[in-house]
Amino acid sequence: MNPIEQFELQRIAPYFINGVDVSFTNSALYMLLAASAAIIVTLFTTSKRALVPGRGQALAEVLYEFVANTVRQTAGKEGMRFFPFVFTLFTFILMSNLIGLVPYTFSLSSQIVITFAFAAFVILLVILYGLYRNGFGFLKLFVPHGVPAPVLVVLIPIEIISFLSRPVSLSVRLFANILAGHITLAVFGGFVVMLLGAGAWAALAPIPILAVVAMYALELLVNCLQAFVFAVLTCVYLNDAIHPGH
Amino acid sequence: MADASSFQLIGAGLAAIGTGAAAIGVGLIFGNFVNGALRNPSAAAGQFTNAIIGAALAEGLGIFAFLIAILLYLK
Repeated sequence: MNPIEQFELQRIAPYFINGVDVSFTNSALYMLLAASAAIIVTLFTTSKRALVPGRGQALAEVLYEFVANTVRQTAGKEGMRFFPFVFTLFTFILMSNLIGLVPYTFSLSSQIVITFAFAAFVILLVILYGLYRNGFGFLKLFVPHGVPAPVLVVLIPIEIISFLSRPVSLSVRLFANILAGHITLAVFGGFVVMLLGAGAWAALAPIPILAVVAMYALELLVNCLQAFVFAVLTCVYLNDAIHPGH
Repeated sequence: MADASSFQLIGAGLAAIGTGAAAIGVGLIFGNFVNGALRNPSAAAGQFTNAIIGAALAEGLGIFAFLIAILLYLK
């Protein structure tokens, strides 16, 4: 059993334009699923607004409050204009992670191209909004306050490198966490199969099953946490664009 | 004389050490967070986001090491 097999892209509806592969893949299918799951959850739970929230409305309110508090805490009051963006990003990643945890499904965030597209979009947004709002004052981001000039010679390149590595670390963190989790689950699942096929050793097979159950609980935590971390770091980076010069 | 692919596997194993180092970092962050939270529980809630951010940054570096290990192993 190959633990990498689950990440393979499959063409559901092959389609080529001038030899360029634009097929409808399982990745595209799960993207649609995650987006519609996020839309359906928020639409259905807020369809009949009551003063005293029911179970569904409470869920939507908790989700809203949670993200709104995060944005307010990390990016300040002005950051709230990016709330819709952060909320969309958070719910989409959360939904795709949770759908990916269902056995036999495909996990979107285990594809580096998808997480990198998100991260690149976030960083471009930070750069463009920072320049739009602060003009060239945005470049103060790379010049820390109250540092003597000789130290700046070393510090400015470090700041620039750390800024440029953000899209890489942001995308790889989400991608590698999900990838590692799913590979671990598949490997431990493989142990069960191996033990069952090894004669008397089959008596030990329940042990890896218990390990898989425990790891599944951990993965549930990690998947929610990574969606949260992605949203929080987006807010932190947006905060740089709103208030450069730290 | 070992061939290139066995060196790859040795390299993958060496790269995997980095994940352990990241584990130490994450442990330090949460250990110190709990330490501080027990001294001043009323301030703990406000700092939880910072702890998570720190853990995410520390863990990210370990994840890089894991990625290198996986790339070497699967090559």
